[in-house]
Amino acid sequence: MSYCRQEGKDRIIFVTKEDHEAPSNAELIADDPNDPYEEQGLILPNGDINWNCPCLGGMASGPCGSQFKEAFSCFHYSKEEVKGSECIDNFRNMQECMQRYPELYPQEEDKESTQAEASSSSVSAAPTEGSALPPETDSTPGTSTSESAVSSDSTSLVDNQTAS
Amino acid sequence: MLKCRTVWKKLAPLARASSTVCRQNVRRTGLTSRRIPACGPVAHMSTGPAGGGRENQLYILLVGAAGVGGALYTYRTVKGDSQRYQDRIDEISSRSYKRATAEPATSIKSESSVIPEPEPEAAPSQEPEAAPSPEEPSPPAPDAEVAAPETTELPPADEPVVEASPEESAEPAAVPVVEEEPLPPSELSPLTELLPAPVVESEPAAAESPAAEPTEPQPEVVAESGGPAPDSLKVPSHTPYLLIGGGTASFAAARSIRARDPGAKVLIVTDESDPPYMRPPLSKELWFSDDPGVTETLRFKQWNGKERSIYFQPPSFYINAEELNSAENGGVAILTGKKVVHMDVRGNKIKLDDDTEISYDKCLIATGGVPRNLQVIERAGEEVMKKTTLFRKIEDFKSLDKVSRNVKSITIIGGGFLGSELACALGRRSTEYDLEVVQMFPEKGNMGKVLPEYLSNWTTEKVKSEGVKVISEALVKSVVCKDDKLEIKLKDGRLVKTDHIVAAVGLEPNVDLAKSAGLEVDSDFGGFRVNAELQARSNIWVAGDAACFYDIRLGRRRVEHHDHAVVSGRLAGENMTGANKPYWHQSMFWSDLGPDVGYEAIGIVDSSLPTVGVFAKATAKDTPKAATEKSGTGIRSESETEETATSPVASLTLAPTAEQNKDEYGKGVIFYLRDKVVVGIILWNVFNRMPIARKIIKDGEEHADLNEVAKLFNIHDD
Repeated sequence: MSYCRQEGKDRIIFVTKEDHEAPSNAELIADDPNDPYEEQGLILPNGDINWNCPCLGGMASGPCGSQFKEAFSCFHYSKEEVKGSECIDNFRNMQECMQRYPELYPQEEDKESTQAEASSSSVSAAPTEGSALPPETDSTPGTSTSESAVSSDSTSLVDNQTAS
Repeated sequence: MLKCRTVWKKLAPLARASSTVCRQNVRRTGLTSRRIPACGPVAHMSTGPAGGGRENQLYILLVGAAGVGGALYTYRTVKGDSQRYQDRIDEISSRSYKRATAEPATSIKSESSVIPEPEPEAAPSQEPEAAPSPEEPSPPAPDAEVAAPETTELPPADEPVVEASPEESAEPAAVPVVEEEPLPPSELSPLTELLPAPVVESEPAAAESPAAEPTEPQPEVVAESGGPAPDSLKVPSHTPYLLIGGGTASFAAARSIRARDPGAKVLIVTDESDPPYMRPPLSKELWFSDDPGVTETLRFKQWNGKERSIYFQPPSFYINAEELNSAENGGVAILTGKKVVHMDVRGNKIKLDDDTEISYDKCLIATGGVPRNLQVIERAGEEVMKKTTLFRKIEDFKSLDKVSRNVKSITIIGGGFLGSELACALGRRSTEYDLEVVQMFPEKGNMGKVLPEYLSNWTTEKVKSEGVKVISEALVKSVVCKDDKLEIKLKDGRLVKTDHIVAAVGLEPNVDLAKSAGLEVDSDFGGFRVNAELQARSNIWVAGDAACFYDIRLGRRRVEHHDHAVVSGRLAGENMTGANKPYWHQSMFWSDLGPDVGYEAIGIVDSSLPTVGVFAKATAKDTPKAATEKSGTGIRSESETEETATSPVASLTLAPTAEQNKDEYGKGVIFYLRDKVVVGIILWNVFNRMPIARKIIKDGEEHADLNEVAKLFNIHDD
């Protein structure tokens, strides 16, 4: 059973597992998903990409940021059957840029092409996940989803966190 | 001139004539109106009756002519001015070139100016390239310079605008300073609506000829393709985004700006020699590294096995300062080793310690702070100061690491986050290196200002078990250096002999720029006073340790934690690019004291507030180490744009389970209340539940039973 102790102004409660088994009756205020003040996930309420999302690491802000933004935007808005199939050039530009900064974007040469496809297909999953997740956890579980979500190099990127 | 006068002469009698005509007409109508009052006064225009027609036409013609004449005159004058200006520029540039070769020491780069050439209708601005300059001329930035025209015609007194008229032969030998100043076109303003573009001016200090031609603005440029200065970088004289300070907040802002403003050009100016790095590992992870070369590599291993550097980005991320303006897609440039000494808010520019001036459109002040020192140590003299470390930067870590290997005893003064973490880190080494680690502080226990007393006492015991000699309720009275050892005398008479002191007694926010910038400094918390959107003035934001900001939920405060630097830096960057968001996402902080004690906290965590703690018994699974191993991410701070390491490598196995079962406060949640509302929460050895804590604080509700709220955390779960 739980017991209580008061030390001056501080109250101490010890609880056992059983004490906490009953669901809490504490009331929390419902969150407004469109609250402009709140930190947004990867996809904003109006459908745009949140380039400042912590989950992207610094992909959108590094030296290859503009190429990354073009490629990812193209993919995001792509309505093709194979999503992003018209964005090959953009992705290539991005890769070329990233190759110029091997320190920032560590290359894993053999995995590149396969990862590019893998990431392209899984990016479609990311938007829904990204916005569903509470903003705070974006950099935790969010990182793992967007790891695959963002382009090939970012996988090692976000893991490594040596570069963005 | 003459034309004007003649015109005016003609005009005057005509004006008189027409007015008399007017009056006569009115009188006539006045008579009639008396007879027919119902009609009301008849308003006769001067052009009405046929009698005044011819005169009036002439009148109009002459007025028109006068107008045209005036316009013509103005045009001629301005044209002549610009021509004269051009000539002057050419002369000066040729002159300055001669001077430059004669005085290679003066190597200030200047920019060609952008002058307004107001014409009666339009507002194109001419850009004379006065001298070969690699940088692009500063774009006429109307938004930044709009504020300026409201100023007086002559620039403010503290920035003497000098017009080195070529007529003056006395050329000052002083080093000309490149300035950018908008000059309002004084007498041309009635005719034009042009906003004065930024004007680069030279300021030969000695020869001040205040407005040799007061009627027109004389922007001047001294272009110096100066002799090769040995170490000066080519600093851009204008940058759209200027970030003062090169720490966590600054980097977060740079990233935010670059993400939101495509192609943004960001310049970071820091007086440190290192690019931006994270501070928490300096007092935690780096000390537990197995790598003997860690002081050089500054890399640490996170619990998930992944290694990373404390630097946010490797040097290749940043572009050179001189390439900033020409970079096609913008970038982040860093100027290291430069201190900003003066800030001119009206002129939107700053001055460095080498007298270079840089103007900006938007500026962030993220100057952080300087470690406080004890007065007794400062007064104790140089011998004592040499054996004292004020711990904050990379070089402090390096020197303390070296010291810890070479001395027998280190005393840490201060019982807060930094002091306790360093004590635990050094305590870990105490067995390896035969090092005595002493920690002393005025409170009753470690983290005495943060944790409620019972928890603070419990923590102190933990710190002691890390190999630290803890002296609580210790007030330092004096420190002397005797026989190459330091003697610390406490107020209650105790004497502590040690080889080296680490002072961890707080941070003094760096508000050096407040005076020159005219920014408000908060008297309660220190730091620059800013609003909820981190704004100090319209183009100036402050973030990080130096910002005393208004938290909508928790009131005005100043926070000195890493995650806050990231959150506020990012917010400032967003607001600098037009977001206008207040501080809303509550930052968190964390600390680890050995492998057994780790906590995450959020909000106002002040031990003077009433608290309610809900605890469960800890099992062996509830330690920081276990938490990260389980989640496999090694992430503590959520707002972090980079992963951070959590707890140190626990290479020792303590007498674990027995000891832990005795713990009363193994894990739990502690609520800090202010007027019955939860304003702060500590998650004690309970991890990955920060979002719930954040939500509770955000709601700001009065909860009748906090035990029910504690249930939300599932503290018994693994």
